[in-house]
Amino acid sequence: MNIVVCVKQVPDTWAERTLRPADSCLDRASVDGVINELDEYAIEEGLLQAEAHDGEVTILSMGPQKAAESIRKALSMGADKAVHLVDDGLAGSDALGTSLALSTVLARIGFDLVILGAEATDARMGVLPAMLAERLRVPQLSLARKVEIDGNTVTVHRLTEYGYDQVVASLPAVVSVVEKINEPRYPSFKGIMAAKKKPVETLSLADAGIDPAQVGLGAAATEVLSFAKRPPRQAGTIVKDEGDGGSKAAEFLAAQKFI
Amino acid sequence: MISYRLDEEHEALRDSVADFARQIVAPVIGGYYERGEFPYEIIGRMGKLGLFGLPFPEEYGGMGGDLFALCLALEELARVDSSVAITLEAGVALGAMPIYRFGTAEQRECWLPELCSGERLAAFGLTEPGGGSDIPGGMRTTARLEGQEWVIDGSKSFITNSGTDITSVVTVLAITGGQPAPGRRPEISSVLVPAGTPGLSVGGKYSKVGWCASDTRELAFSGCRVPAGNLLGERGRGYAQFLQILDEGRIAIAALATGLAAGCVTECLRYTDERVAFGHRLGHYQGLRFKLADMEARAHTARLAWYDAAARASAGEPVKRQAAIAKLVASNAAMDNARDATQIFGGYGYMNEYPVARFYRDAKVLEIGEGTSEVQRMIIARELGVTDRD
Ligand SMILES: Cc1cc2nc3c(=O)[nH]c(=O)nc-3n(C[C@H](O)[C@H](O)[C@H](O)COP(=O)(O)OP(=O)(O)OC[C@H]3O[C@@H](n4cnc5c(N)ncnc54)[C@H](O)[C@@H]3O)c2cc1C
Repeated sequence: MNIVVCVKQVPDTWAERTLRPADSCLDRASVDGVINELDEYAIEEGLLQAEAHDGEVTILSMGPQKAAESIRKALSMGADKAVHLVDDGLAGSDALGTSLALSTVLARIGFDLVILGAEATDARMGVLPAMLAERLRVPQLSLARKVEIDGNTVTVHRLTEYGYDQVVASLPAVVSVVEKINEPRYPSFKGIMAAKKKPVETLSLADAGIDPAQVGLGAAATEVLSFAKRPPRQAGTIVKDEGDGGSKAAEFLAAQKFI
Repeated sequence: MISYRLDEEHEALRDSVADFARQIVAPVIGGYYERGEFPYEIIGRMGKLGLFGLPFPEEYGGMGGDLFALCLALEELARVDSSVAITLEAGVALGAMPIYRFGTAEQRECWLPELCSGERLAAFGLTEPGGGSDIPGGMRTTARLEGQEWVIDGSKSFITNSGTDITSVVTVLAITGGQPAPGRRPEISSVLVPAGTPGLSVGGKYSKVGWCASDTRELAFSGCRVPAGNLLGERGRGYAQFLQILDEGRIAIAALATGLAAGCVTECLRYTDERVAFGHRLGHYQGLRFKLADMEARAHTARLAWYDAAARASAGEPVKRQAAIAKLVASNAAMDNARDATQIFGGYGYMNEYPVARFYRDAKVLEIGEGTSEVQRMIIARELGVTDRD
């Protein structure tokens, strides 16, 4: 079985993240890049499914040169090979452009199953899995907290507010995962050493046959009109309990429209 | 010119263990420590990560790394917690290493795969109630060959990893010869004693000042019989064997001590940025900034010392002097930084729920185990050629 896991490099979640005033794009250069957290779960699920079904895991990542570090980490976790789509023309792509680029590459390399995190910690759009499935004309199984493959069918437990839905589809399909699904492994030294020898194919827009006019900041259908720094945290309100603490707390919550 | 920049693979290993320590160990270790409980769950996961196989070849289930890789892992773990770090150190550098270095192909195949996986642990029994620094002067444990069996009598103290549910084997150093000629050392050999062998009784857990989530016990041997084939390496080579094992062990302890010293710096950087006194963050006060600077200088120096010793050892060069220096310097750094870190945290630094309190309690033993600081100085002086002759 041919499993492709899409991996995005995002700025370290713990670091201070800023937008560049010039183009309202995320400043990716000045912070450490890490694998998007949910994508680590996607990689783990890909590896588990590949181990169970004698499959192969390919990492697909679109991103600047720096994303090669994250690809290397995914390979040291155990993925077999990787495709890195890297081109200056991709900078500033929105979800539409990104899904176009990724789906073009996916169609090119072929897949039985595409796995990816349900959203990325930087933009937090959460639309990419749906867009990919639509562009690839395959079923989408989203928010999976459990994946089972039996022959040509994939069944997922889709996380809902009330529990889970059981969703079944035929392969090939796109599955997005949430963090309840598994526990991602840490790269071992053996895995790290082995990753050095694993093939990484680097593709430009031209290599992948993607029209530069349809991706990148220029082609984006969405635009950031303005942005502002998050206001500094306000000191909390202290409610002193003089017998009426409960109702004061309730009043506060009501005033904040929490209840 | 040499430089101590790590290559990409060692750097990736360090990052991987650092993430593991922060995400898996840090949130729960305080509870184990408080309860004096051995953290089987964490140790199992360290095993899955391959830490117990780091310096061993893949044919025995190892990771194909070297002593340097093991030391990097120890430093990163000890930045967060020393109990799990010493469990790894004693399990690998003292426990499995003698079997790898001196064992027959059969002994290696018998013990190493399980040890490399971290599913089982090994221990190293050298110290005795009568003395740890003065070996063999303080040594009383004997092993005598009776037919096809070694019969062991005596006792060992402070043996790490010797009484866990997953302990599989203890390498026991014992006197195997008769009364030596005057002025001669008695014959010492290493014998592998499987856990659960009749005649081996494992004492209760010691109540320790620190390393509270690690396993340390007294062992008593009374007519304990193991097959003659459990001799590790050549008969009579025990003394040379443990000196070699301890040289590497000291580098590993130096890396662990460096981690503790560096962990103190991390904790204090955060705290001096948050805590306010007299209207300013603690970091505002030069007195504390200078303390932090000294702490960082100690951690850095300690790291250079173990990097140098481990790089030499991994390259197969002699390291006796460098290993002793690294252990002396790094354990000093750990002790000094732990004291300063606790001071910077004030009253909170004395509360067990804060990592710096654990650092304080865990630091002292680094000046004692695997050769006291006095023993390190004896070695360095001897290597310099200074003796007590008049
Ligand atoms: C938590 C813990 C875990 C341990 N784990 C293990 C283990 O797994 N395996 C193992 O074999 N041992 C282990 N040890 C034992 C440890 O290695 C010894 O405690 C150590 O080597 C010191 O020996 P000792 O306690 O007998 O002290 P002693 O040798 O009695 O020394 C007492 C003091 O005298 C000093 N001293 C001795 N001789 C001289 C001299 N000639 N000149 C100047 N000063 C001198 C020493 O430095 C020390 O300060 C462990 C100890 C601890 C506390």
